[in-house]
Amino acid sequence: MISLSALDLSLAALLVLALAALSWRMQLGLGAQLLIAAARTVVQLLLIGLVLKTLFEHIDLVWVGGISLIMLLAAGREVMARQQRRFTGWWGFGMGTGAMFVSSFAITILTLTTIIGTDPWYTPQYAVPLLGMMLGNTMSGIALALDRLTATAWQQRAVIEQRLMLGATRQEAIADIRRDAMRSGMMPIINSMAVAGLVSLPGMMTGQILAGTPPMEAVKYQILIMFLISAGTGFGVTAALWLASKRLFDERHRLRLDKLGTPKV
Amino acid sequence: MVALCLDKIPEMKLERPNMNYLHVNDVRPHGRGPYSLNIAAGECVSLSGPSGSGKSLLLRAIADLDPHDGDVFLDNLPRSTFTAPQWRKQVALLPVESQWWLDDVGGHFPDTDCPWLKPLGFTHKTMQWQVSRLSSGEKQRLALARALMNHPRVLLLDEPTASLDPQTIGIVEKLITDYRNETQAAVLWVSHDAQQAARVGNRQLKLTAHGFSDHIDDGADGAHPGSENIA
Repeated sequence: MISLSALDLSLAALLVLALAALSWRMQLGLGAQLLIAAARTVVQLLLIGLVLKTLFEHIDLVWVGGISLIMLLAAGREVMARQQRRFTGWWGFGMGTGAMFVSSFAITILTLTTIIGTDPWYTPQYAVPLLGMMLGNTMSGIALALDRLTATAWQQRAVIEQRLMLGATRQEAIADIRRDAMRSGMMPIINSMAVAGLVSLPGMMTGQILAGTPPMEAVKYQILIMFLISAGTGFGVTAALWLASKRLFDERHRLRLDKLGTPKV
Repeated sequence: MVALCLDKIPEMKLERPNMNYLHVNDVRPHGRGPYSLNIAAGECVSLSGPSGSGKSLLLRAIADLDPHDGDVFLDNLPRSTFTAPQWRKQVALLPVESQWWLDDVGGHFPDTDCPWLKPLGFTHKTMQWQVSRLSSGEKQRLALARALMNHPRVLLLDEPTASLDPQTIGIVEKLITDYRNETQAAVLWVSHDAQQAARVGNRQLKLTAHGFSDHIDDGADGAHPGSENIA
Protein backbone atom coordinates (compact mmCIF):
# COMPACT_ATOMS: atom_id res chain seq x y z
CA MET A 1 0.00 0.00 0.00
CA ILE A 2 1.28 3.48 -0.95
CA SER A 3 1.39 5.74 2.09
CA LEU A 4 0.31 9.37 1.67
CA SER A 5 2.66 12.11 2.83
CA ALA A 6 1.71 15.54 4.21
CA LEU A 7 2.87 17.00 0.90
CA ASP A 8 0.42 14.79 -1.04
CA LEU A 9 -2.45 16.04 1.10
CA SER A 10 -1.32 19.66 0.74
CA LEU A 11 -1.52 19.32 -3.04
CA ALA A 12 -5.12 18.15 -2.72
CA ALA A 13 -5.80 21.02 -0.29
CA LEU A 14 -4.53 23.47 -2.94
CA LEU A 15 -7.39 22.34 -5.18
CA VAL A 16 -9.92 23.24 -2.49
CA LEU A 17 -8.20 26.60 -1.96
CA ALA A 18 -8.33 27.25 -5.70
CA LEU A 19 -12.05 26.53 -5.68
CA ALA A 20 -12.55 28.92 -2.75
CA ALA A 21 -10.63 31.61 -4.61
CA LEU A 22 -12.82 31.08 -7.66
CA SER A 23 -15.94 31.34 -5.50
CA TRP A 24 -14.63 34.58 -4.03
CA ARG A 25 -13.89 36.03 -7.51
CA MET A 26 -17.32 35.06 -8.81
CA GLN A 27 -19.00 36.22 -5.59
CA LEU A 28 -20.74 32.88 -5.09
CA GLY A 29 -20.57 33.25 -1.32
CA LEU A 30 -19.48 29.65 -0.91
CA GLY A 31 -15.81 30.28 -0.08
CA ALA A 32 -16.08 30.60 3.70
CA GLN A 33 -18.45 27.64 4.02
CA LEU A 34 -16.19 25.50 1.86
CA LEU A 35 -13.05 26.35 3.82
CA ILE A 36 -14.73 25.80 7.18
CA ALA A 37 -16.07 22.42 6.05
CA ALA A 38 -12.65 21.44 4.70
CA ALA A 39 -10.99 22.46 7.95
CA ARG A 40 -13.57 20.48 9.93
CA THR A 41 -12.85 17.43 7.78
CA VAL A 42 -9.13 17.65 8.55
CA VAL A 43 -9.55 18.22 12.29
CA GLN A 44 -12.38 15.69 12.84
CA LEU A 45 -10.73 12.95 10.81
CA LEU A 46 -7.30 13.46 12.41
CA LEU A 47 -8.94 13.29 15.83
CA ILE A 48 -10.88 10.14 15.00
CA GLY A 49 -7.66 8.71 13.54
CA LEU A 50 -5.98 9.23 16.89
CA VAL A 51 -8.98 7.85 18.76
CA LEU A 52 -9.13 4.75 16.55
CA LYS A 53 -5.38 4.22 16.90
CA THR A 54 -5.70 4.18 20.70
CA LEU A 55 -8.90 2.15 20.54
CA PHE A 56 -7.34 -0.55 18.34
CA GLU A 57 -4.45 -0.86 20.78
CA HIS A 58 -6.70 -1.27 23.82
CA ILE A 59 -9.53 -3.65 23.00
CA ASP A 60 -12.05 -2.88 25.72
CA LEU A 61 -15.83 -3.11 25.61
CA VAL A 62 -16.24 0.04 27.73
CA TRP A 63 -14.24 2.14 25.26
CA VAL A 64 -16.06 0.72 22.25
CA GLY A 65 -19.38 1.30 24.01
CA GLY A 66 -18.40 4.85 24.87
CA ILE A 67 -17.48 5.81 21.34
CA SER A 68 -20.62 4.09 20.01
CA LEU A 69 -22.70 6.21 22.34
CA ILE A 70 -21.04 9.41 21.14
CA MET A 71 -21.65 8.39 17.52
CA LEU A 72 -25.30 7.64 18.26
CA LEU A 73 -25.90 10.96 20.00
CA ALA A 74 -24.23 12.87 17.18
CA ALA A 75 -26.38 11.05 14.61
CA GLY A 76 -29.51 11.74 16.70
CA ARG A 77 -28.69 15.42 16.84
CA GLU A 78 -28.19 15.46 13.08
CA VAL A 79 -31.59 13.79 12.46
CA MET A 80 -33.24 16.42 14.64
CA ALA A 81 -31.40 19.29 12.95
CA ARG A 82 -32.65 18.17 9.54
CA GLN A 83 -36.33 18.35 10.53
CA GLN A 84 -38.28 21.32 9.25
CA ARG A 85 -41.05 20.76 11.80
CA ARG A 86 -39.76 18.69 14.66
CA PHE A 87 -41.61 17.23 17.60
CA THR A 88 -41.44 19.40 20.68
CA GLY A 89 -39.69 18.31 23.85
CA TRP A 90 -37.63 15.15 24.16
CA TRP A 91 -39.53 13.43 21.41
CA GLY A 92 -37.77 15.55 18.77
CA PHE A 93 -34.45 14.00 19.72
CA GLY A 94 -35.56 10.71 21.22
CA MET A 95 -37.66 9.44 18.35
CA GLY A 96 -34.95 9.34 15.66
CA THR A 97 -32.24 8.40 18.13
CA GLY A 98 -34.26 5.54 19.59
CA ALA A 99 -35.09 4.14 16.16
CA MET A 100 -31.44 4.36 15.09
CA PHE A 101 -30.27 2.75 18.30
CA VAL A 102 -32.56 -0.24 17.91
CA SER A 103 -31.89 -0.93 14.24
CA SER A 104 -28.18 0.02 13.91
CA PHE A 105 -26.98 -1.55 17.13
CA ALA A 106 -29.01 -4.72 16.70
CA ILE A 107 -27.80 -5.29 13.15
CA THR A 108 -24.18 -4.38 13.92
CA ILE A 109 -24.02 -6.73 16.89
CA LEU A 110 -25.74 -9.50 14.94
CA THR A 111 -23.25 -9.09 12.10
CA LEU A 112 -20.22 -9.03 14.38
CA THR A 113 -21.27 -12.10 16.33
CA THR A 114 -22.71 -14.37 13.66
CA ILE A 115 -21.60 -13.20 10.18
CA ILE A 116 -18.08 -11.84 10.55
CA GLY A 117 -17.43 -13.66 13.81
CA THR A 118 -14.62 -11.50 15.19
CA ASP A 119 -13.02 -12.44 18.50
CA PRO A 120 -13.97 -10.75 20.74
CA TRP A 121 -17.13 -9.63 18.97
CA TYR A 122 -16.51 -5.97 19.82
CA THR A 123 -13.06 -5.87 18.16
CA PRO A 124 -12.96 -2.12 17.43
CA GLN A 125 -11.33 -2.46 14.02
CA TYR A 126 -14.57 -4.08 12.80
CA ALA A 127 -17.15 -2.78 15.24
CA VAL A 128 -16.53 0.95 14.96
CA PRO A 129 -16.45 1.35 11.15
CA LEU A 130 -19.38 -1.02 10.73
CA LEU A 131 -21.51 0.84 13.25
CA GLY A 132 -20.47 4.14 11.69
CA MET A 133 -21.63 3.02 8.28
CA MET A 134 -24.92 1.72 9.68
CA LEU A 135 -25.59 4.89 11.65
CA GLY A 136 -24.65 7.21 8.80
CA ASN A 137 -27.05 5.60 6.37
CA THR A 138 -29.87 4.95 8.83
CA MET A 139 -29.55 8.56 9.89
CA SER A 140 -30.12 9.86 6.37
CA GLY A 141 -33.08 7.56 5.83
CA ILE A 142 -34.77 8.43 9.11
CA ALA A 143 -34.15 12.16 8.68
CA LEU A 144 -35.67 12.13 5.19
CA ALA A 145 -38.66 10.00 6.21
CA LEU A 146 -39.53 11.94 9.37
CA ASP A 147 -39.22 15.26 7.59
CA ARG A 148 -41.49 14.03 4.83
CA LEU A 149 -44.04 12.66 7.31
CA THR A 150 -44.35 15.79 9.41
CA ALA A 151 -44.26 18.21 6.46
CA THR A 152 -46.96 16.27 4.57
CA ALA A 153 -49.11 15.83 7.66
CA TRP A 154 -48.96 19.57 8.16
CA GLN A 155 -49.90 20.34 4.56
CA GLN A 156 -52.62 17.70 4.43
CA ARG A 157 -54.11 18.27 7.86
CA ALA A 158 -57.55 18.93 6.36
CA VAL A 159 -57.49 15.63 4.48
CA ILE A 160 -56.36 13.70 7.54
CA GLU A 161 -59.11 15.24 9.64
CA GLN A 162 -61.70 14.61 6.94
CA ARG A 163 -60.81 10.94 7.05
CA LEU A 164 -61.05 10.96 10.85
CA MET A 165 -64.50 12.59 10.58
CA LEU A 166 -65.60 9.72 8.39
CA GLY A 167 -64.59 7.28 11.09
CA ALA A 168 -61.07 6.33 10.03
CA THR A 169 -58.63 5.26 12.73
CA ARG A 170 -55.44 7.25 13.11
CA GLN A 171 -53.50 4.51 11.31
CA GLU A 172 -55.93 4.58 8.38
CA ALA A 173 -55.94 8.37 8.25
CA ILE A 174 -52.14 8.64 7.95
CA ALA A 175 -51.46 5.41 6.00
CA ASP A 176 -50.88 7.06 2.60
CA ILE A 177 -48.64 9.73 4.04
CA ARG A 178 -46.65 7.18 5.99
CA ARG A 179 -46.19 5.06 2.87
CA ASP A 180 -44.85 8.11 1.01
CA ALA A 181 -42.49 8.93 3.85
CA MET A 182 -41.24 5.33 3.91
CA ARG A 183 -40.53 5.50 0.20
CA SER A 184 -38.54 8.71 0.48
CA GLY A 185 -36.51 7.32 3.37
CA MET A 186 -35.65 4.13 1.48
CA MET A 187 -35.03 5.60 -1.97
CA PRO A 188 -31.33 6.54 -1.46
CA ILE A 189 -30.27 3.03 -0.42
CA ILE A 190 -32.44 1.35 -3.06
CA ASN A 191 -30.96 3.61 -5.71
CA SER A 192 -27.41 3.04 -4.60
CA MET A 193 -27.93 -0.75 -4.56
CA ALA A 194 -29.40 -0.54 -8.06
CA VAL A 195 -26.45 1.36 -9.56
CA ALA A 196 -23.67 -0.16 -7.41
CA GLY A 197 -20.73 -1.04 -9.63
CA LEU A 198 -22.39 0.37 -12.75
CA VAL A 199 -22.24 4.09 -12.14
CA SER A 200 -19.93 4.29 -9.15
CA LEU A 201 -17.80 2.08 -7.02
CA PRO A 202 -19.08 2.39 -3.46
CA GLY A 203 -16.80 4.36 -1.14
CA MET A 204 -15.89 1.54 1.20
CA MET A 205 -14.95 -0.79 -1.64
CA THR A 206 -12.92 1.94 -3.32
CA GLY A 207 -11.06 2.52 -0.06
CA GLN A 208 -10.30 -1.17 0.38
CA ILE A 209 -9.08 -1.53 -3.20
CA LEU A 210 -6.85 1.55 -2.90
CA ALA A 211 -5.48 0.05 0.30
CA GLY A 212 -4.52 -3.10 -1.60
CA THR A 213 -7.30 -5.57 -0.80
CA PRO A 214 -7.98 -8.06 -3.63
CA PRO A 215 -11.08 -6.81 -5.57
CA MET A 216 -13.20 -9.90 -4.89
CA GLU A 217 -12.68 -9.60 -1.14
CA ALA A 218 -13.62 -5.93 -1.30
CA VAL A 219 -16.70 -6.81 -3.37
CA LYS A 220 -17.88 -9.40 -0.86
CA TYR A 221 -17.59 -6.92 2.00
CA GLN A 222 -19.38 -4.31 -0.06
CA ILE A 223 -22.30 -6.66 -0.75
CA LEU A 224 -22.51 -7.48 2.94
CA ILE A 225 -22.50 -3.77 3.84
CA MET A 226 -25.17 -2.92 1.26
CA PHE A 227 -27.50 -5.59 2.60
CA LEU A 228 -26.91 -4.56 6.18
CA ILE A 229 -27.46 -0.90 5.37
CA SER A 230 -30.70 -1.53 3.53
CA ALA A 231 -32.02 -3.73 6.34
CA GLY A 232 -30.88 -1.28 9.00
CA THR A 233 -32.35 1.70 7.19
CA GLY A 234 -35.59 -0.15 6.51
CA PHE A 235 -36.13 -1.26 10.10
CA GLY A 236 -34.97 2.09 11.47
CA VAL A 237 -37.26 4.09 9.20
CA THR A 238 -40.18 1.77 9.98
CA ALA A 239 -39.66 2.18 13.72
CA ALA A 240 -39.25 5.97 13.50
CA LEU A 241 -42.35 6.37 11.33
CA TRP A 242 -44.36 4.12 13.60
CA LEU A 243 -43.44 6.20 16.62
CA ALA A 244 -43.88 9.52 14.82
CA SER A 245 -47.22 8.75 13.20
CA LYS A 246 -48.53 7.54 16.54
CA ARG A 247 -47.24 10.67 18.21
CA LEU A 248 -49.04 12.90 15.68
CA PHE A 249 -52.34 11.75 17.19
CA ASP A 250 -53.60 11.26 20.71
CA GLU A 251 -55.45 8.34 22.26
CA ARG A 252 -58.80 9.71 20.97
CA HIS A 253 -57.47 9.59 17.39
CA ARG A 254 -57.27 13.38 17.15
CA LEU A 255 -54.64 14.95 14.89
CA ARG A 256 -52.37 16.85 17.27
CA LEU A 257 -50.14 19.08 15.16
CA ASP A 258 -49.56 21.16 18.29
CA LYS A 259 -46.98 18.52 19.17
CA LEU A 260 -44.86 19.82 16.31
CA GLY A 261 -42.78 22.96 16.73
CA THR A 262 -42.76 25.94 14.42
CA PRO A 263 -40.61 25.49 11.32
CA LYS A 264 -37.06 26.71 11.10
CA VAL A 265 -36.60 29.62 8.72
CA MET B 1 -84.09 3.03 -2.88
CA VAL B 2 -83.67 5.42 0.00
CA ALA B 3 -86.39 3.70 1.97
CA LEU B 4 -84.80 0.34 1.27
CA CYS B 5 -81.50 1.40 2.70
CA LEU B 6 -82.98 3.14 5.71
CA ASP B 7 -84.96 0.04 6.53
CA LYS B 8 -81.67 -1.69 7.21
CA ILE B 9 -81.19 0.33 10.37
CA PRO B 10 -84.30 -0.24 12.47
CA GLU B 11 -82.32 0.06 15.72
CA MET B 12 -82.18 3.78 15.03
CA LYS B 13 -85.87 4.05 15.88
CA LEU B 14 -86.13 5.29 19.40
CA GLU B 15 -88.30 3.38 21.81
CA ARG B 16 -88.65 6.16 24.36
CA PRO B 17 -89.31 9.31 22.40
CA ASN B 18 -88.48 11.62 25.30
CA MET B 19 -84.94 10.35 25.68
CA ASN B 20 -82.30 12.79 24.51
CA TYR B 21 -80.23 11.58 21.69
CA LEU B 22 -77.38 14.03 22.06
CA HIS B 23 -76.46 15.69 25.30
CA VAL B 24 -73.64 18.23 25.29
CA ASN B 25 -72.48 18.99 28.81
CA ASP B 26 -70.30 22.03 29.62
CA VAL B 27 -68.19 21.69 26.50
CA ARG B 28 -65.45 24.30 26.26
CA PRO B 29 -63.87 24.36 22.80
CA HIS B 30 -60.62 26.34 22.99
CA GLY B 31 -61.63 27.95 26.29
CA ARG B 32 -64.97 29.29 25.03
CA GLY B 33 -68.32 28.46 26.52
CA PRO B 34 -69.20 26.39 28.47
CA TYR B 35 -71.90 25.16 26.14
CA SER B 36 -74.63 22.76 27.20
CA LEU B 37 -77.24 21.52 24.81
CA ASN B 38 -79.75 18.71 24.41
CA ILE B 39 -80.97 17.58 21.04
CA ALA B 40 -83.79 15.07 21.10
CA ALA B 41 -84.08 12.15 18.75
CA GLY B 42 -85.40 13.35 15.43
CA GLU B 43 -84.95 16.98 16.36
CA CYS B 44 -83.14 19.59 14.32
CA VAL B 45 -81.55 22.54 16.10
CA SER B 46 -80.34 25.33 13.89
CA LEU B 47 -77.38 27.30 15.12
CA SER B 48 -76.38 30.77 14.05
CA GLY B 49 -73.91 33.33 15.25
CA PRO B 50 -71.45 35.82 13.77
CA SER B 51 -68.42 34.38 12.03
CA GLY B 52 -65.66 33.77 14.52
CA SER B 53 -68.12 33.02 17.30
CA GLY B 54 -66.88 29.43 17.39
CA LYS B 55 -69.66 27.49 15.69
CA SER B 56 -67.23 25.27 13.81
CA LEU B 57 -65.09 24.80 16.92
CA LEU B 58 -68.16 23.65 18.83
CA LEU B 59 -68.99 21.10 16.12
CA ARG B 60 -65.37 19.91 16.10
CA ALA B 61 -65.46 19.51 19.87
CA ILE B 62 -68.68 17.47 19.73
CA ALA B 63 -67.13 15.25 17.06
CA ASP B 64 -64.08 14.86 19.35
CA LEU B 65 -61.59 16.34 16.91
CA ASP B 66 -59.99 18.77 19.36
CA PRO B 67 -59.10 18.29 23.03
CA HIS B 68 -61.56 20.15 25.24
CA ASP B 69 -63.24 20.18 28.64
CA GLY B 70 -66.74 18.86 29.11
CA ASP B 71 -68.44 15.72 27.90
CA VAL B 72 -70.92 14.60 25.30
CA PHE B 73 -73.47 11.80 25.65
CA LEU B 74 -75.24 9.81 22.98
CA ASP B 75 -78.34 8.03 24.23
CA ASN B 76 -77.10 8.69 27.79
CA LEU B 77 -73.85 6.87 27.08
CA PRO B 78 -70.77 9.02 27.69
CA ARG B 79 -68.48 9.50 24.72
CA SER B 80 -65.66 7.66 26.48
CA THR B 81 -67.59 4.40 26.10
CA PHE B 82 -67.13 4.66 22.33
CA THR B 83 -63.81 4.44 20.52
CA ALA B 84 -63.13 7.70 18.70
CA PRO B 85 -63.69 6.19 15.20
CA GLN B 86 -66.97 4.60 16.38
CA TRP B 87 -68.08 7.92 17.81
CA ARG B 88 -67.33 9.85 14.62
CA LYS B 89 -69.18 7.31 12.51
CA GLN B 90 -72.28 7.86 14.64
CA VAL B 91 -71.80 11.58 15.20
CA ALA B 92 -71.01 12.73 11.68
CA LEU B 93 -69.46 16.14 11.14
CA LEU B 94 -69.93 17.63 7.69
CA PRO B 95 -67.36 20.44 7.42
CA VAL B 96 -67.90 23.57 5.33
CA GLU B 97 -65.20 22.51 2.92
CA SER B 98 -65.02 18.82 2.13
CA GLN B 99 -61.71 17.13 1.38
CA TRP B 100 -61.01 14.55 -1.31
CA TRP B 101 -57.73 12.67 -1.46
CA LEU B 102 -58.16 10.23 -4.35
CA ASP B 103 -58.57 10.88 -8.07
CA ASP B 104 -62.03 9.37 -8.50
CA VAL B 105 -65.18 9.98 -6.49
CA GLY B 106 -65.96 6.31 -5.88
CA GLY B 107 -62.77 5.59 -3.91
CA HIS B 108 -64.00 7.89 -1.14
CA PHE B 109 -67.12 5.81 -0.55
CA PRO B 110 -67.00 2.60 1.48
CA ASP B 111 -69.46 1.11 -0.99
CA THR B 112 -70.14 2.43 -4.50
CA ASP B 113 -73.81 1.48 -4.14
CA CYS B 114 -74.85 4.71 -2.47
CA PRO B 115 -78.60 5.25 -2.08
CA TRP B 116 -78.26 9.02 -1.68
CA LEU B 117 -76.73 9.71 -5.09
CA LYS B 118 -80.02 9.73 -6.95
CA PRO B 119 -81.99 11.99 -4.59
CA LEU B 120 -79.08 14.44 -4.72
CA GLY B 121 -79.15 14.57 -8.51
CA PHE B 122 -76.36 12.13 -9.37
CA THR B 123 -76.27 8.72 -11.03
CA HIS B 124 -74.21 5.62 -10.33
CA LYS B 125 -71.80 6.85 -13.04
CA THR B 126 -70.85 9.75 -10.74
CA MET B 127 -68.66 7.27 -8.88
CA GLN B 128 -66.28 7.27 -11.86
CA TRP B 129 -66.06 11.06 -12.04
CA GLN B 130 -62.75 12.79 -11.43
CA VAL B 131 -62.67 14.79 -8.21
CA SER B 132 -60.63 17.52 -9.92
CA ARG B 133 -63.56 18.26 -12.24
CA LEU B 134 -66.23 18.58 -9.53
CA SER B 135 -67.78 21.97 -8.88
CA SER B 136 -67.90 23.19 -5.29
CA GLY B 137 -71.65 22.51 -5.21
CA GLU B 138 -71.16 18.95 -6.44
CA LYS B 139 -68.46 18.40 -3.83
CA GLN B 140 -70.76 19.63 -1.10
CA ARG B 141 -73.61 17.32 -2.10
CA LEU B 142 -71.30 14.33 -2.57
CA ALA B 143 -69.72 14.99 0.82
CA LEU B 144 -73.18 14.75 2.36
CA ALA B 145 -73.85 11.45 0.57
CA ARG B 146 -70.45 10.18 1.74
CA ALA B 147 -71.14 11.13 5.37
CA LEU B 148 -74.56 9.44 5.31
CA MET B 149 -72.93 6.16 4.23
CA ASN B 150 -71.97 5.60 7.88
CA HIS B 151 -75.68 5.87 8.86
CA PRO B 152 -74.90 8.45 11.53
CA ARG B 153 -77.30 8.93 14.46
CA VAL B 154 -76.29 12.55 14.86
CA LEU B 155 -75.54 15.00 12.06
CA LEU B 156 -73.39 18.05 12.73
CA LEU B 157 -73.82 20.15 9.62
CA ASP B 158 -71.58 23.17 9.07
CA GLU B 159 -73.32 25.31 6.46
CA PRO B 160 -74.23 22.30 4.31
CA THR B 161 -75.78 24.39 1.55
CA ALA B 162 -73.22 27.23 1.43
CA SER B 163 -72.19 26.61 -2.20
CA LEU B 164 -75.53 25.50 -3.62
CA ASP B 165 -78.08 27.26 -5.84
CA PRO B 166 -81.63 27.81 -4.48
CA GLN B 167 -83.09 24.77 -6.24
CA THR B 168 -80.40 22.39 -4.96
CA ILE B 169 -80.69 23.89 -1.48
CA GLY B 170 -84.30 22.69 -1.45
CA ILE B 171 -83.23 19.18 -2.49
CA VAL B 172 -80.55 18.97 0.21
CA GLU B 173 -82.86 20.34 2.92
CA LYS B 174 -85.49 17.78 1.99
CA LEU B 175 -83.00 14.91 1.98
CA ILE B 176 -81.68 15.80 5.42
CA THR B 177 -85.20 16.23 6.82
CA ASP B 178 -86.25 12.88 5.34
CA TYR B 179 -83.19 11.19 6.78
CA ARG B 180 -83.89 12.75 10.18
CA ASN B 181 -87.51 11.63 10.14
CA GLU B 182 -86.70 8.13 8.94
CA THR B 183 -83.85 7.43 11.33
CA GLN B 184 -84.76 9.75 14.22
CA ALA B 185 -81.29 11.23 13.94
CA ALA B 186 -80.52 14.37 15.93
CA VAL B 187 -79.32 17.26 13.77
CA LEU B 188 -77.31 20.36 14.65
CA TRP B 189 -77.41 22.65 11.62
CA VAL B 190 -75.19 25.71 11.35
CA SER B 191 -76.68 28.26 8.99
CA HIS B 192 -76.02 31.89 8.22
CA ASP B 193 -79.36 32.22 6.47
CA ALA B 194 -82.08 33.22 8.97
CA GLN B 195 -84.83 31.95 6.68
CA GLN B 196 -83.17 28.58 6.32
CA ALA B 197 -82.57 28.36 10.06
CA ALA B 198 -86.29 28.93 10.65
CA ARG B 199 -87.23 26.51 7.86
CA VAL B 200 -85.15 23.50 8.91
CA GLY B 201 -84.84 23.89 12.67
CA ASN B 202 -87.34 22.80 15.29
CA ARG B 203 -85.51 25.22 17.50
CA GLN B 204 -83.09 28.04 16.79
CA LEU B 205 -80.12 28.94 18.89
CA LYS B 206 -77.59 31.68 18.64
CA LEU B 207 -74.02 31.12 19.74
CA THR B 208 -72.33 33.72 21.90
CA ALA B 209 -68.89 33.64 23.50
CA HIS B 210 -70.36 32.38 26.77
CA GLY B 211 -73.20 30.12 25.80
CA PHE B 212 -76.35 29.93 23.74
CA SER B 213 -79.08 32.48 23.56
CA ASP B 214 -82.55 31.64 22.37
CA HIS B 215 -82.72 33.12 18.97
CA ILE B 216 -86.07 33.62 17.34
CA ASP B 217 -88.85 31.83 19.17
CA ASP B 218 -91.25 30.18 16.78
CA GLY B 219 -93.81 29.73 19.55
CA ALA B 220 -93.56 25.95 19.48
CA ASP B 221 -90.43 25.81 21.59
CA GLY B 222 -92.15 24.61 24.74
CA ALA B 223 -93.18 21.42 22.98
CA HIS B 224 -89.60 20.25 22.70
CA PRO B 225 -87.98 18.21 25.42
CA GLY B 226 -84.52 19.71 24.99
CA SER B 227 -83.51 22.68 27.09
CA GLU B 228 -80.46 24.89 27.17
CA ASN B 229 -78.74 26.67 29.95
CA ILE B 230 -77.87 30.22 29.17
CA ALA B 231 -74.63 31.05 30.87
